[in-house]
Amino acid sequence: MSVEKITMPQLGESVTEGTISSWLVGVGDEVNKYDPIAEVMTDKVNAEVPSSFTGTIKDLVANEGDTIQVGELICYIEVEGGSSESSDESPEQTEEPVEDQSTNQDQSMKKRYSPAVLKLAQEHSIDLNQVEGSGRGGRITRKDLEKIIDSGNIPQSGSQTDQSNTQDKSTEAIQQPAQSNKPADVPSAEAGDIEIPVSGVRKAIAQNMVKSKTEIPHAWMMVEVDVTNLVNLRDELKEDFKRKEGFSLTYFAFFVKAVAQALKEFPEINSSWAGDKIIQKKDINLSIAVANENQLFVPVIKNADEKSIKGIAKDIVDLANKARQGKLTNDDMQGGTFTVNNTGSFGSVQSMGVINHPQAAILQVESIVKKPVYMNGMFAARDMVNLCLSLDHRILDGLVCGNFLQRVKEILENMSKDNTSVY
Amino acid sequence: MPVKSYIQAVTQAMREEMERDDKVFVLGEDVGKKGGVFKATEGLYDQFGEERVIDTPLAESAIAGVGVGAAMYGMRPIAEMQFADFIMPAVNQIISEASRVRYRSNNDWSCPITIRAPYGGGVHGALYHSQSVEAVFANQPGLKIVMPSNPYDAKGLLKAAIRDEDPVLFFEHKRAYRLLKGEVPDDDYVLPIGKADVKREGDDITVITYGLCVNFALQAAEKLEEEGISAHILDLRTVYPLDQEAIIEAAKKTGKVLLVTEDNKEGSIMSEVAAIISENCLFDLDSPIQRLAGPDVPAMPYAPTMEKFFMVNPDKVEEAMRDLAEF
Repeated sequence: MSVEKITMPQLGESVTEGTISSWLVGVGDEVNKYDPIAEVMTDKVNAEVPSSFTGTIKDLVANEGDTIQVGELICYIEVEGGSSESSDESPEQTEEPVEDQSTNQDQSMKKRYSPAVLKLAQEHSIDLNQVEGSGRGGRITRKDLEKIIDSGNIPQSGSQTDQSNTQDKSTEAIQQPAQSNKPADVPSAEAGDIEIPVSGVRKAIAQNMVKSKTEIPHAWMMVEVDVTNLVNLRDELKEDFKRKEGFSLTYFAFFVKAVAQALKEFPEINSSWAGDKIIQKKDINLSIAVANENQLFVPVIKNADEKSIKGIAKDIVDLANKARQGKLTNDDMQGGTFTVNNTGSFGSVQSMGVINHPQAAILQVESIVKKPVYMNGMFAARDMVNLCLSLDHRILDGLVCGNFLQRVKEILENMSKDNTSVY
Repeated sequence: MPVKSYIQAVTQAMREEMERDDKVFVLGEDVGKKGGVFKATEGLYDQFGEERVIDTPLAESAIAGVGVGAAMYGMRPIAEMQFADFIMPAVNQIISEASRVRYRSNNDWSCPITIRAPYGGGVHGALYHSQSVEAVFANQPGLKIVMPSNPYDAKGLLKAAIRDEDPVLFFEHKRAYRLLKGEVPDDDYVLPIGKADVKREGDDITVITYGLCVNFALQAAEKLEEEGISAHILDLRTVYPLDQEAIIEAAKKTGKVLLVTEDNKEGSIMSEVAAIISENCLFDLDSPIQRLAGPDVPAMPYAPTMEKFFMVNPDKVEEAMRDLAEF
């Protein structure tokens, strides 16, 4: 018998910590290897932590609600085999070396800046996040900055994120924790106000929005599309489809299909900014925004260009259900190259999307509205929809985006039962 | 250049000033025939006679008081307190009279007295023979307090003190008397009172201190140099009034400041130095201002282990310097 440690697993490339939302086992429970022992909420997904061993749970070190760094101890498990001495070892004794290890690479002083350091950083526009501190606990010393200033190689804010993108082959990461920019002054709650701690997915959303809006120069454009034919087509199909397939045929699936098709023709839109280069993605993986009460997820329809309208509709339904039940996996969230957002479902007719970093653009599909439209010398009642595109102006210009939107418009306006099959 | 001990430099300064100016005379307990308990006035009695090297009763208030009166009358007395610890009965004469005369008389009178006193511990002297008393006098405008750290400075500063038109307290570290030796020119030179002196240039940490602790800091700096730690050392030399300009410059130089005194920590000279730095150098500071000092207990203990615990020494200075460098 020996006592082994179970630590917080790495639940995604950018995940650094997880919150134990509930323990699925108690002290004394016998578990098999890979059995789920706890539910963990990270800023990306909710996941189950599998047991790394077969044995008996000995001590739950982390409490429900605790946020634990990846690699930190969460519980002890007693396993068969192993030496008899180590079974006498109490959890408290084995815990100490773990703490020692963490203090060796103590970075606790990294963000403690002396007046001299702040002054120099300000005078020379040095981004302190990128400076290695030589002081105790990783503290950045005045001399560290003086050396940097003398060398003339001054790290400025902004350059690091570019760097990390180049290093990071997978520019696919949808939600990378951003360096949080501290607000100049934090409002304080007054009597009667409710204070809601910011954690988990909310924190990730906030960080990603700040990262996207501060880093990406957003530009915006909108086209109006006549989808009367599409509406007629769907009206004709939907009853039958629902009966046959067991789920609804939504307009959104048609829009996603049209976007995927147009992206194939305009690969420049399906790309990422990587500092000194632009990466055009081969796969067309469309992120779709799915809301769940107060949380927003952007799961991914993989290879949307290869799927039929039905296939897309099914993916949408599956992902939305998973999001609602909190069952999205890390895999569901990864690899998006462009985002389509169904803002029309809230009745919106016009909106400015925030680009899903590090993608190059986001398309908002607004409400379909019946409008009088002047055509062929007379007014007609037509089903009109606005498509709004936010674009990263570093990568894209108005011309290519305009052409892209025109192409989406063309595809949508020509969808009719004569030329469009959902299968 | 002749190498002299700290106490020889003190003696030479007095001799030279007595030779130069008839108005200079020495008074104190056993300073005459015996030449002082530490032999600081050795030979002066023989050279200048009993009228200029005066043995006094065991009454510090009288030594100071006679000196103050003679100084106001135009003489240049050098009054010796046998130990700085014994100066307390003379405090009234020094603070209420000597330091106030010029101000009180609207500049008509002055009191050019020098009061010498051996201070400091590490000599197994316990209470009454080991204390530092400078802080008692260090907020009395009109007074100057000089505390040299080496033989060369001792001679130049003592001569300056004797020639000064106002009262000067001159504290000599008794352990330095025979511990510290250095080149002391036979020339007639004076060093400016009120000016601190950079004893070593460096750019990692700044050590500001005075008296024997300067020597400790220099020893520690030598060792730390091998570890790549470069220490800037400022010797205050005059601890009242302080050389603010030099303190600010030294503190700004590295932004990491260690202040060392063997006096009790709270309310020491270093408390004032710390205040000057924090008033003037906030945006150059890279660490909290550190003080290494004696503990806040009444006086130097007698037991060797306890004396060692109380006293600042080169090891303690070195440790504090390294700690600050690593911050």
